[in-house]
Amino acid sequence: MGGANYRALLQDDPLFLHSLWVTLRFALVSVPLATAVALILALLLNQRVWGISLFRAVVYLPSILPAVATSIVFVWLLNPETGLVNLALKRIGVVGPDYLHDARWAPWALVFMSLWGVGGAVVIYLAGLKDVPVSLYEAATMDGAGAWQRTRRITLPMLTPVVFFNVTMATIGAFQAFTESYIATPGGGPEDSTLYVAVYLWKRAWKYLDLGYASAMAWMLFALTAGALALLFASQKRWVNSDR
Amino acid sequence: MTGDASSTVFVKRLGLTVVVALLCLPALLPTLWMLSTAFKGDAQILRGDGSILPHPVETANFAKALAAVPFALYLRNTVLLCLLNVVGAVGSSAVVAYGFARIPFRASKPLFFTMLATMALPGQATMVPVFALFRWLGWYGTSLPLVVPSFFAAPFYVFLLTQFFRTLPEEMAENARLDGAGEWTIFLRLCLPLSKSALATCALFQFVDTWNDFLGPLLYLDDPKTYTLGYGLQQFLGSFGSHWPQLMAATALFTLPVVLLFLFAQKTFVRGISTTGGK
Repeated sequence: MGGANYRALLQDDPLFLHSLWVTLRFALVSVPLATAVALILALLLNQRVWGISLFRAVVYLPSILPAVATSIVFVWLLNPETGLVNLALKRIGVVGPDYLHDARWAPWALVFMSLWGVGGAVVIYLAGLKDVPVSLYEAATMDGAGAWQRTRRITLPMLTPVVFFNVTMATIGAFQAFTESYIATPGGGPEDSTLYVAVYLWKRAWKYLDLGYASAMAWMLFALTAGALALLFASQKRWVNSDR
Repeated sequence: MTGDASSTVFVKRLGLTVVVALLCLPALLPTLWMLSTAFKGDAQILRGDGSILPHPVETANFAKALAAVPFALYLRNTVLLCLLNVVGAVGSSAVVAYGFARIPFRASKPLFFTMLATMALPGQATMVPVFALFRWLGWYGTSLPLVVPSFFAAPFYVFLLTQFFRTLPEEMAENARLDGAGEWTIFLRLCLPLSKSALATCALFQFVDTWNDFLGPLLYLDDPKTYTLGYGLQQFLGSFGSHWPQLMAATALFTLPVVLLFLFAQKTFVRGISTTGGK
């Protein structure tokens, strides 16, 4: 019966529990990190600097490039002998590891790669920054607030609804992560260290044609996503500004 | 303003520009390294000198890559899929959006929200049943699962176009109705021509989405004759061995159309993305 699949998943399939953990770990690290990076970039790209539209384009572009292409390029960049990252490390006398074939490094390599996708969030932050009323800044400047204080007390609080939106989207995306792992660390990576639920699901459904089992897995992934989003929405009152 | 103050502003802005440039450079690095590798010879790769400049410049990589991957075939498959998806998704979404935006009917609002709610449902939750359905229809191994769904409207485009159609003046439609025009005429002759920018945004997103799609071809294609560029390229990741310059040349060619589209239509992209966040 249908219930048997769920019982098997939770009781007799340590690999599934492992894949839940791998997915959760990726989300827990990559979402806050990507949010911080995107916010910093957006705040910088909202300043008066020369060539601003060029810089904005440069930051946004990687996020629309095909994940297949980006993943292949990163496999090359992280190549242990002739990849750019380890060549640069060699210059300063460090022997870099084989990132994608070492269980200690592979999950973090994928987190690192995911940072090249923050461009979309940066654009959304920039749109949000434009909507912060100039009068607030003027009043604060009159009261003697410096740039840092204006950012902390006005910009960031006014931006929290946009942060909330981006964190929600990033969370949904993180729980669905698949292509980067599939291409850069085929089969779930060294010692299954990058076996996201989506990758394991794909294996069960398409390699072993175990559709019922894979479906049960998909619902568990959905429940996990829904749970994370419920927590996020419950936390909303405590940090998201609702004045706007 | 005194000379001192303006020079302080100048120095400040220069400093900030340098900081921004340094922090934005990493975004471009993988793409630059891909291009640089695509023009390098195998000898320079083995030497591992880490120079960004190819020396000597090896343009043969591109010809070799084109020969190794059945590039023309995959390109044709991909372009065809992109065109069908753009026509299907934009056309059907526009029809649905017109209904939501301009034709009052009972349950319009709940239906609209139900449609929006499906956007929150992760693709993986429905992936397996959808796959089972297409297999039952006998479509596994064909391109049909990658084309047909696009003709049933995409929630995001419906949302975007509904918002846009609502801003069009009602009087024009009224006048046309008095002249005896039906809803289809108003939709095709009045509404669509006035909505070119919104339609272009949807078309652009759909094109890039289909071009970049990996999961779809991975799930449904099993005949190399039907492979897309992205899927085909991934298949060759293993077989290229250590011929990184050739693989990078092929990857660069695959990426080029997206980069060109972006350069020509940056504003359209940014407008579309900002709308997503602003809702």
